[in-house]
Amino acid sequence: MSKPWEGFIEGNWQNDVDVDDFIQKNFTLYEGDDSFLAPISANTEKVWARCEELLTEERRLGVLDIDTDEISGIANFKPGYILKDYESIVGLQSDAPLKRIINPYGGIKLAASIVKHYGREMKPEYDRIFNEYTKTHNQGVFDAYTKEMRKVRHTGLLTGLPDAYGRGRIIGDYRRVALYGIDYLIKMKEADKEAILDITEDTIRLREEVSDQIKALKAIKAMAASYGFDISRPAETAQEAVQWLYFAYLAAVKENNGAAMSLGRTSTFLDIYIQRDLDKNLIDETLAQEYIDQFIIKLRLVRHLRSPEYDELFAGDPTWVTESIGGVSSAGIPLVTKNSFRYLHSLTNISPAPEPNMTVLWSQRLPENFKKYCAKMSIETGAIQYENDDLMEPLYQGDYAIACCVSAMSVGKQTQYFGARTNLAKALLYSLNGGRDENYKELVIAGIPQYEGEVLDYDKVMELYLLTLEKTAKLYVDTMNIIHFMHDKYAYEKSQFALHDTWITRLMAFGAAGLSVVADSLSAIKYAKVTPIRDEHGIAVDFKIEGDFPKFGNDDDRVDQIAVDIISKFSGMLKQHPLYRDAVHTLSILTITSNVVYGKKTGSTPDGRKAGEPFAPGANPMHGRDNSGALASLNSVAKLPYEEICQDGVSNTFTILPSTLGKTAEERISNCVSILDGYFKLKAHHLNVNVYSRETLMAAMENPQLYPNLTIRVSGYAVRFNRLTKDQQLEVLERTFHDQV
Amino acid sequence: MIKSNLGYFSKIEPFGTVDGPGVRTVFFLAGCPLRCLYCHNPETWAYQNGNSLTGDEVLKMVKRYQSYYGKDGGVTFSGGEPLAQSEFLIETCSLLRSNGIHVALDTSGVGNPLYHEKVLNQVDLVIYDLKAADSDLYRRITSQPIDPTEVFLSTLQRVGTPIWIRQVIVPKINDTPENLEATAQKIATLKNVVKVELLPYHTMGKAKYDKLHIAYPLEDTPAMDLELCKRLNESLILRIEEIRNTNR
Repeated sequence: MSKPWEGFIEGNWQNDVDVDDFIQKNFTLYEGDDSFLAPISANTEKVWARCEELLTEERRLGVLDIDTDEISGIANFKPGYILKDYESIVGLQSDAPLKRIINPYGGIKLAASIVKHYGREMKPEYDRIFNEYTKTHNQGVFDAYTKEMRKVRHTGLLTGLPDAYGRGRIIGDYRRVALYGIDYLIKMKEADKEAILDITEDTIRLREEVSDQIKALKAIKAMAASYGFDISRPAETAQEAVQWLYFAYLAAVKENNGAAMSLGRTSTFLDIYIQRDLDKNLIDETLAQEYIDQFIIKLRLVRHLRSPEYDELFAGDPTWVTESIGGVSSAGIPLVTKNSFRYLHSLTNISPAPEPNMTVLWSQRLPENFKKYCAKMSIETGAIQYENDDLMEPLYQGDYAIACCVSAMSVGKQTQYFGARTNLAKALLYSLNGGRDENYKELVIAGIPQYEGEVLDYDKVMELYLLTLEKTAKLYVDTMNIIHFMHDKYAYEKSQFALHDTWITRLMAFGAAGLSVVADSLSAIKYAKVTPIRDEHGIAVDFKIEGDFPKFGNDDDRVDQIAVDIISKFSGMLKQHPLYRDAVHTLSILTITSNVVYGKKTGSTPDGRKAGEPFAPGANPMHGRDNSGALASLNSVAKLPYEEICQDGVSNTFTILPSTLGKTAEERISNCVSILDGYFKLKAHHLNVNVYSRETLMAAMENPQLYPNLTIRVSGYAVRFNRLTKDQQLEVLERTFHDQV
Repeated sequence: MIKSNLGYFSKIEPFGTVDGPGVRTVFFLAGCPLRCLYCHNPETWAYQNGNSLTGDEVLKMVKRYQSYYGKDGGVTFSGGEPLAQSEFLIETCSLLRSNGIHVALDTSGVGNPLYHEKVLNQVDLVIYDLKAADSDLYRRITSQPIDPTEVFLSTLQRVGTPIWIRQVIVPKINDTPENLEATAQKIATLKNVVKVELLPYHTMGKAKYDKLHIAYPLEDTPAMDLELCKRLNESLILRIEEIRNTNR
């Protein structure tokens, strides 16, 4: 075999781009414990110390610096370094650490206003170029939006739509660059392009896209060359493999500012190269860990220029550099290697941090030692999320990864059209108010009859609600189709799609927020007596609730089944409408931190939640209402169906007191493993694990300087507690902390 | 129709991690013949107080949580004194175990001796609350004679069930070298002991007494120092080893 592939076991991966085959043939399963891990190296220590200074300064300023000379692009920036002599992995988005890039392709107006907000000036020529000579994604979308779409966007029935910023949630198969080198990938893409001959609207677009992909591959090569590396050939060493892979990812974040710019599933792939060098005594464990730690440092420095409104929605500057670790191969073998440990160990070596978004693909079949190590790191750092590999692997066939928080896709073979979310609780209010918005008092959705009668009748409400959801689903699908049509046209992610197969499956990921509010509201209407209090416009602004009712989160089928029914029906309604480019419908129950903003924009609901109060995050039960204990709460969420219904993920954030988890550290670890095993055995999808007490958070609110690294999991990502707004901090404190009673 | 025995509960904790190994569902049975000075659950003293369940209902509830028990966890019957409801225990524990659920019994060993063996035959682990090895101290702490628990202990040894031994340590009452020596001597004679745990006395039970308008017996006793208790626990375990080695 040629030098880069020397020592690797042969397979189909040599004849075609097939990273999965390469991994399965060559990886070394590790079933031992964490005792082999090395501490931080002297080089890494120096580099991280410099980063900490810069990060502190960034926290003070909000944004450390903006590059106003250039705009986003793969090879538009000069090389940048942190401390060049000590960096074993190099490359920055712009020419200096934490210096943010202006990306006008999502929307020039927004980009200009953000630059202005931070006291800088965008070059006037960009304004002219993107307004007079060409246009952006945002302009395209608004040229096509209907009046109704603008209205639901304005009132917040649909929120967080990617119509002014990059859609993200696309995972390039960055490993391909390390395994094959750029030149081979260009050759394959050229061959693909030659094969697209039958000229139709679809193939014209695809031919143009593949041409752009080839240009992007050449640009990635040029960018790497500016750092002194020739990535036209495959990587030959572990250091090169990490570096090549990172250049491929770096190109993506130089070019795009998607909400989630996820990494994929890289740890076990890279372990093959590290293990080969370890076996040849070219490196030792300390150096192996240094490569990973320094790679992780680079991932932690990824930044995008966001508007203040965006920051309010998604606190703490998240980038969702999600890395999927563990899981089981399609042959049934755990994909756990020493490198799976090294990635998580970076949380020890270079402090706990929210990024990269460490996501463990949990299977009952993972080695016991790895399960324990994950639990230990969860308890110590609060930085890990878990997703059910036994549920996902059969649906995505082995080599898949998570984008953003909970979105699974086959790496390089599937991509996602991100669809933000619809506010199910607001839709319920529309159904009680004849389609009018409870805050703006105006008609938003036409054709919903006004609810007749005083006390709410379950059957009558349900009929109106389903009608509202049907109309919402149609509007939602239409809106999404416009957004992604325009995104493909004006802000195509060529560097990321260059690292996909040419013929891919597109998943269009719809989202829902406020499910537990809706379930409890409908339960209240069914089991208690609920009377709307209407204002002078006849709009229900509050509700009189007499009697008690079952609440979601207590393992009570009377209400849990309502949640299951509503989300299943909504999923079915979405699927009735065809999608742009034959995309496949998926749906998530996920809010990230936007549950606070959703709550603000939504009037009082029939469950007793007052106007403006936050929703529960993701699929969580409402705060404090899941009072039958931790396991009952988990059981309720586990009932929400993943396969076919919510196949873009069901997010649950779980907080437990250390003392409740067990007496000794060892007991806490093994009990945490039992909870994860138990929850996922019930076919649940996702769990954020937080182990801390309310007192710790309160102390951190009062003395943030004493808790600079306190990291907590919120819906779908982790965040430094001190980066949350006051409202968001208070909302986290309101959540149910499971204690013994 | 066969009439099932009802179990009376003061509290059910679906998710417990401190009463036996692993994640457990803990059923606190109502009623206790002892009146320990340091009891922090006076609400569990009364018999047939609180809710009742049949064995089938217990099983149905446990099944909802079984997924989380892992390889170590299961169900614990605590109290009160669970042996006060031995007929219910025999039936229910047998039902649980035939469904593959690990059962622990958290007891001070006081109950009708006719049932002891039958109960122990249906139990995987006994968490035995050794109030005191010395009969005078035992009476002082529990206000009852030591003999009934000695009877239980000898049956327990005969059946051979694995044992966790626990003892609550209260300042000035039993944190003494005499008690620790007597305790070590006692434990050293027992087989199948897999764990020995000293639990530091805490004052959190006092509020419950006030609520129930019962005089709190340890009004002026401070909580046991956690670190000291840990050290006593360590030296107790060493001492037991030492005695066992000398007697070998």
